[in-house]
Amino acid sequence: MSVLEAGDELAQLRVTPDRYVTVRYAGASGDFNPIHLDDEFARSVGLPGRILHGLYTMALLARAQTEALGGPGHLRRLSVQFRGIAVPEQEIVISSTVKERAGDRLIVSATAVQQDKAIIRGASVELEL
Amino acid sequence: MALDTRALGRTFEPHTYAVGREKIREFARAVGESDALYLDLDAARAAGHRDLVAPPMFAVVYCSTAIEQALFEPEVGIDFAMLVHGGQEFEWGPLVVAGDEITTLVSVSDIHERVGMAFYGFASRSTNQRGELVCSGTWTQIVRPRP
Repeated sequence: MSVLEAGDELAQLRVTPDRYVTVRYAGASGDFNPIHLDDEFARSVGLPGRILHGLYTMALLARAQTEALGGPGHLRRLSVQFRGIAVPEQEIVISSTVKERAGDRLIVSATAVQQDKAIIRGASVELEL
Repeated sequence: MALDTRALGRTFEPHTYAVGREKIREFARAVGESDALYLDLDAARAAGHRDLVAPPMFAVVYCSTAIEQALFEPEVGIDFAMLVHGGQEFEWGPLVVAGDEITTLVSVSDIHERVGMAFYGFASRSTNQRGELVCSGTWTQIVRPRP
């Protein structure tokens, strides 16, 4: 891992969340907002149906970093803006590019894309080698 | 109607969360983690940790009660039906392991209006039982106008 330099890509993470992932994430996180659990409710507030939790997608983005670097202790900071809605049963692709390296610190820019749309764009990540 | 900013700067009661092994495993599985540090006690101990390690995003779990208290505070005045999570930042300190007791303090760091939407920022600081800062967070919530 010490060979990582600006311009390098970290390993991509590709995940297709199953139909019930929002139910498990609701239980695990304590966020039971019905927009994540109830298609009818979600449609009543103008969504296409149940959507993924933004923090679930952020957790995938965090996982992409820690898996690429080899453990949770490498992730120092992560900042994301939620830009679009994500849905179950469609593949999510996390891509990460090293922007800057200073000693054992890496600044990485990452995106989460689903169906050709960015759901997280320009996430800023700080990693420690 | 002008946005009510009275709650700006307000700090809420701290909340202490006791980190349990099975909650770590449940969270790790829900987000598809397979690192043995989160799932296998022997592996975590062999790697030098006192107990199962919490994935970094487990911060969502130990912060949740403290954050919800702030979000649901009537003085803050969030219209939940119109709420979307706009952004999130975490900065991590030492790893959290099962058995830790994490105390989180939340304050209202921002309330402003832009392009007809209300932006609410909450700052969280989470410390372990030794007083070490394990995570600081910035939670940005956006309330869309009612149609």
